[in-house]
Amino acid sequence: MSFLRRPRWNPYAVGAAIGVLSWTVFALVDKPLGVTTALTGLAGACAAPFVGADTVAANAYFKQHVFKADYGLLFLGGIALGALLSAALSGSLRAEAVPAVWRERFGPSVAKRFAAAFVGGVLAMFGARLADGCTSGNGISGSLQLAVGGWTFFLTLFASGLVTAAVLFGLPRSPKA
Amino acid sequence: MLLAAVTPPVTGPAALVAAVVLGAVFGVLLHRGGVASYDVIVNQFRFRDFTVLKIMFTAIIVGGLGVLALNSAGLANYHIKATNLLGVVLGAGIFGVGMVLYGYCPGTGIAAAASGSLHGLVGLAGLLVGGTLYAFSYPWIAQTILPVGALGKVRLPDVTGIPAPVWFGLLVAIAAVVFTLIEKAERRAAK
Repeated sequence: MSFLRRPRWNPYAVGAAIGVLSWTVFALVDKPLGVTTALTGLAGACAAPFVGADTVAANAYFKQHVFKADYGLLFLGGIALGALLSAALSGSLRAEAVPAVWRERFGPSVAKRFAAAFVGGVLAMFGARLADGCTSGNGISGSLQLAVGGWTFFLTLFASGLVTAAVLFGLPRSPKA
Repeated sequence: MLLAAVTPPVTGPAALVAAVVLGAVFGVLLHRGGVASYDVIVNQFRFRDFTVLKIMFTAIIVGGLGVLALNSAGLANYHIKATNLLGVVLGAGIFGVGMVLYGYCPGTGIAAAASGSLHGLVGLAGLLVGGTLYAFSYPWIAQTILPVGALGKVRLPDVTGIPAPVWFGLLVAIAAVVFTLIEKAERRAAK
């Protein structure tokens, strides 16, 4: 079983496998593949100590996303477990504070990288909730059902990401450069 | 097209076990696909690495054809979200900025943090704060933004009149061209 130790699998095979996984999720548990809906309940639970449990309980949006150990939250736990197992099996489990591409452009400062990751996380989740789904819920699950919202999300996300990357890292060149 | 509700074969506590197993499969695939890596995701948006596009486009086509077949056979329900056009466009726009800054999307961020990315972990805290900010902006957003372009649960076949199988034929054709061009460019670059 040497492929279990290989750190990377063919991206087309991985994409196809995610497709098959989505069939399984639709047929077996009658749900689409998604991440940020479940993350919203967790956000409410984590916000409670800071803003008060009453404030969270009274919020119209958190009322729709009550924190509980349900299917969605356990699915997120599964993602973490699977990634950890995968990294351990392939010997690629190691701490990374500043990735190579970031370091090349913005230097080795851990504080700077952490600040960008934090702000990026805030924006990604805010955007995902505003669009009612992220790369999984809208980009994959929505698009594979040919949902108008899914394709709108997928195309707009790519356009926005291209512009952002051009601003941060300069215009794209050929892969040779 | 949309058949009567199908009762899922796995419910109750078994569904909770299934959640962990299915999530773990997703986690393994994200990690081995290389998308639990900041460099891979950011380089997609710099046109230097096409892993994200290859995975997503293949997943959409393979997943879509299977779900279409399952639904036609009465074995699966569709789960279409209502499209609020302004919300989706603004949300995806903000999401794109966040995804490049963070270097992950929420799912790959969880996979990255679990496989050792410390900045991935910091970004997860950001995700939770972002969710909270949204929740507290929600009353205003629900009144002003979400009603603009509220189309309901619409699919491309509904708005275009082009049936789903034809859409998938089109997508397969586009994927064949795009993937061939990418592979050619990558072979050239490798020389």
